Amino acid sequence: MDLLSLSTLLPEITLTLAALLLLMVGVFMGDRVTNAVTQFAVLALLLVAAALGATMWGVEADFHLTGPQGFVDVSLFTSLIKLMVLITAAGALLLATGYLRREEIYKPEYAVLVLLAVTGMCLMLSASNFLMLYMGLEMQSLCLYVLAAFRRDATRATEAGLKYFVLGALASGLLLYGISLVYGFTGSLSFAEVATALSQDSSRGALVGFGFILVALLFKVSVAPFHMWVPDVYEGAPTPVTAFFSVVPKIAAFGLLMKVCYGPFAPLQDKWLWLLPVLAAITMLWGAIAAIGQTNLKRLLAYSSIGHVGFALMGLAANDPRSVIVYLAFYAVMSLGVFAVLLLMHRDERMLETIDDLAGLSRVHPGLAAAMAILMFSMAGIPPLVGFFTKLYVFVAAVQADLIWLAVIGAVASVVGAYYYLNVIKVMYFDEPVAKYDRFTDGNLTGTVTAMAVLSVAGLLLIAPVVMLAQYAVHLLKP
Amino acid sequence: METFLAYLNEAPGTVLPGLMFYVLAIVLLYAGVMVITARNPVHSVLFLILAFFNAAGLFLLLGAEFIAMLLVIVYVGAVAVLFLFVVMMLDIDFEQLRKGFVRNLPLGLLAGVVLAAQGIMFAISWSFAEGAKEGKGPTVLSSATNTEQIGQVLYTHYMLPFQVAGLVLLVAMIGAIVLTHRGNTGVKRQKVAAQNSRRPADVLKLNSVNPGEGV
Amino acid sequence: MPYIPYLGEYFPVLIFLAIAVVLSSAMVGMAYLVARQKPDKEKNSAYECGFEAFDSARRRFDVRYYLVAILFIIFDLEVAFLFPWAITLDDGSVFAFWSMMVFLGVLTIGFIYEWKKGALEWE
Repeated sequence: MDLLSLSTLLPEITLTLAALLLLMVGVFMGDRVTNAVTQFAVLALLLVAAALGATMWGVEADFHLTGPQGFVDVSLFTSLIKLMVLITAAGALLLATGYLRREEIYKPEYAVLVLLAVTGMCLMLSASNFLMLYMGLEMQSLCLYVLAAFRRDATRATEAGLKYFVLGALASGLLLYGISLVYGFTGSLSFAEVATALSQDSSRGALVGFGFILVALLFKVSVAPFHMWVPDVYEGAPTPVTAFFSVVPKIAAFGLLMKVCYGPFAPLQDKWLWLLPVLAAITMLWGAIAAIGQTNLKRLLAYSSIGHVGFALMGLAANDPRSVIVYLAFYAVMSLGVFAVLLLMHRDERMLETIDDLAGLSRVHPGLAAAMAILMFSMAGIPPLVGFFTKLYVFVAAVQADLIWLAVIGAVASVVGAYYYLNVIKVMYFDEPVAKYDRFTDGNLTGTVTAMAVLSVAGLLLIAPVVMLAQYAVHLLKP
Repeated sequence: METFLAYLNEAPGTVLPGLMFYVLAIVLLYAGVMVITARNPVHSVLFLILAFFNAAGLFLLLGAEFIAMLLVIVYVGAVAVLFLFVVMMLDIDFEQLRKGFVRNLPLGLLAGVVLAAQGIMFAISWSFAEGAKEGKGPTVLSSATNTEQIGQVLYTHYMLPFQVAGLVLLVAMIGAIVLTHRGNTGVKRQKVAAQNSRRPADVLKLNSVNPGEGV
Repeated sequence: MPYIPYLGEYFPVLIFLAIAVVLSSAMVGMAYLVARQKPDKEKNSAYECGFEAFDSARRRFDVRYYLVAILFIIFDLEVAFLFPWAITLDDGSVFAFWSMMVFLGVLTIGFIYEWKKGALEWE
């Protein structure tokens, strides 16, 4: 055990220490330091992100470092995904403060749980051993279950937490079962050794084991038909937690999915690659069609996120992990922006959650309505906004991989999806306002909305650098 | 009969374990079925405890002595008790929950058939990778007991997952408190320092009351 | 079945188990076979020191039991991790010693947290 191998874990160690420190500060100083604790947590996330970004600077594309006893293995790919997780987690944490304060659940534990969840995600992304993968995944899931039920006096939040927990535990069980099968048939839990064993002799037992692992990971990513938990959990969980769920764990789970598919199970590629286009098609269509009848904005966004996952999965189905990273990066921008709008709107101290509550927003708050319209247009994939280009990018990847039928289905799904995004804009601009909204006082939220709307417009300029970065990052992924 | 006795002579200590395997496995299956079919939820939990004990016995036969004992200590000693709490805490009409049983039976059977088909897929292609049966984990002293073998690698080779296990337990603690603990307001506590430092001069007042006047 | 050296040590447990099964089934079975059975309403009702039963025995538990139980499980698991550590301490691995200290440190922080929160107090 040398210091160099321990340095692979520096982000996780820093985050853990920060979480422990904040836990102690929070419990000794009481709830009155919550604001300081939350801000420190955001700072910790951003500092770790900055340090991680700095280490990625000027590194060779095939650089990777193995951690203690080969349990972790970091590369540019893991660093990039972690970077996205850290930044989006910091953003989601900033969004939460106003809501939590209003609901009188503003407690230091919230920030601590977010920090620990992010630590778990980083650990599972670093993992190069199934044991480590499971431990990290379980750590983040446990934090997420608690966060979903954080508003414990609300029945719906408790229900959301319980549903998420029961289904998540089922997925964990499947994962463990798959891991044990893979271990039984290959004799090892290490990614590298599993890959070697499978390339020599791909036994059917290990393939079934991989099937279980894949199902568990697809559940975490919420790919149809393993998405059943998403609408209920998104609707029931407190809105800032939903904002967190819709972005951070998704990016992490997608990163893990790619690492597992292109790592230990790369030798089985011809056996799983055919499955992903089918799943991507089902997910895109289901996300688009099921969203049409929704009246609750959070449920709508849940289906919207399922649809977006389908598009990202299309990139993976086209065997192009690069496009997945690009798609997720800008999906995170749009999603955080939309949730910030949602968190801003309340009337008589009550959160507004239905689409009808948006009626006439353009007359009351033209700026906010414009930002929301930009974000919705971008989510629908209308040029010249960034959502269009990321969609185009995965379509091109699919066409290049001879998956033209999948690109056609994707186009159909975006047209259907555009209906409900445009419906939101119609309600904002052409319906009569019902009543006045409360004054906006949360600088974090207005700032986020502005920044994300600007990014959705200016994202066009950012796509090229992000693609370059993704290109570098996936260098080690594909054999 | 003679061959059986010869076998018994040749391999002492293997027949009885073999027999015990079937006994434990059959009772385990019976207990598992009863867990989900028993009408009274408390009976279900008791059958679950029986299942845990039998599984512990199976682990013993496999040579995983420490896991067997852990199953008894943690699952029987703590988890099953927690299950009983939960069953008694929730006033659920379990008969009501079983209403959909017949309606959902075809779907359940379908899932069962699929799983069985996968089991058969294993059975006909039982091919292991090279060295899979021996395992490729870290080396331990084969002369040591099972618990010692675990101790030799858990804190050194498996240090990282071990520490993460500690973090998972920490998250569980925080989660349990965040979700169920309510602040104890209006509770009278002992304040030892304050109580000891009370002086009669601070709290007692002597009044001389004249007869017939009251205080 | 592979030969496992320590199984012999569990033979007394097996004998004990066999005696327990025989004895308990004998006691219950004999009561069924030998005794005359004439149940009536009074015989089948719960006996509570001669009083009428005050209320149903199926009382709901307070949620606080759950918190205590789950905290107990967590520390139960922590102790379970201590066993293999304790018996291999004399192997002289300093690393294993400190590994456990870090583990205990994390859980001690959790312990301080719940102590300060008052989760260990009943009232």
